[in-house]
Amino acid sequence: MTEPNGSILLCADYEVRKGDFNRAGEVSTDIKARLKKIGFDPALVRRVAIGSFEAEMNVIMHARRADVHLEVTPDLIYVEFNDEGPGIPDIDLAMQEGYSTSTPEMRRLGYGAGIGLPTIKRNASRLMIESKVAIGTVVKLFFTP
Amino acid sequence: MKVDVATLVEKLGLKTLNGLFNKEITGAFISDMVSDVMNGATPGNVWVTVQTHKNIIAAANLVDVSIIIVTRGKAVPKETLDIADRVEMTICSTPLETFGLAVKLGEAGVKPA
Repeated sequence: MTEPNGSILLCADYEVRKGDFNRAGEVSTDIKARLKKIGFDPALVRRVAIGSFEAEMNVIMHARRADVHLEVTPDLIYVEFNDEGPGIPDIDLAMQEGYSTSTPEMRRLGYGAGIGLPTIKRNASRLMIESKVAIGTVVKLFFTP
Repeated sequence: MKVDVATLVEKLGLKTLNGLFNKEITGAFISDMVSDVMNGATPGNVWVTVQTHKNIIAAANLVDVSIIIVTRGKAVPKETLDIADRVEMTICSTPLETFGLAVKLGEAGVKPA
């Protein structure tokens, strides 16, 4: 496990729950606001916001709940989504653009295009996914300024 | 040609549904898929959609969209408008369907995202 080193500028913990579309985006919105306040480059903050939003939506749509941990140093922004859920049986398949396990209800709301994980990968400096079927998934997002 | 939210609202005869928060417009992105917008919209874009649920505001705010335009005169729930006011995101509606609006956006000098 890689953990951020250096002086910690910010540390925060959140919880995301399944099906909580009413609060969808609250965690990533808060992360964005806090990073903006610290004064990180807006383009970097936007990448973190997009990656965090997609990870947050994945929990809301597919897992039961997740603990979200944010840790920020001058050299690294680290966001971890640790969920209790069905797990991902085939991570390579899940990473393919267009592959989706979303329900029609999710699609009606404009989610489930099958580009969530690829979008996270595109925006993060590094993405690590560890998953155990029927237990859960840990998604680690690393952003280097 | 420099376009901002206030100019666009006036030029296209858009109906503002909440407060008008004037921001510069850099281009337009059309999609009803939220992930598509997260992926493809660039800061300062107009987002044209028929989605009206309140999550669109968080998404728009996260990617720094300047204005959301809802086509075909679709009604927008009050809770969506309230959240939009909180994050200073203008939402407008037009009776035009999406392509009709896209043509008008182009005529007003708005470029693709």
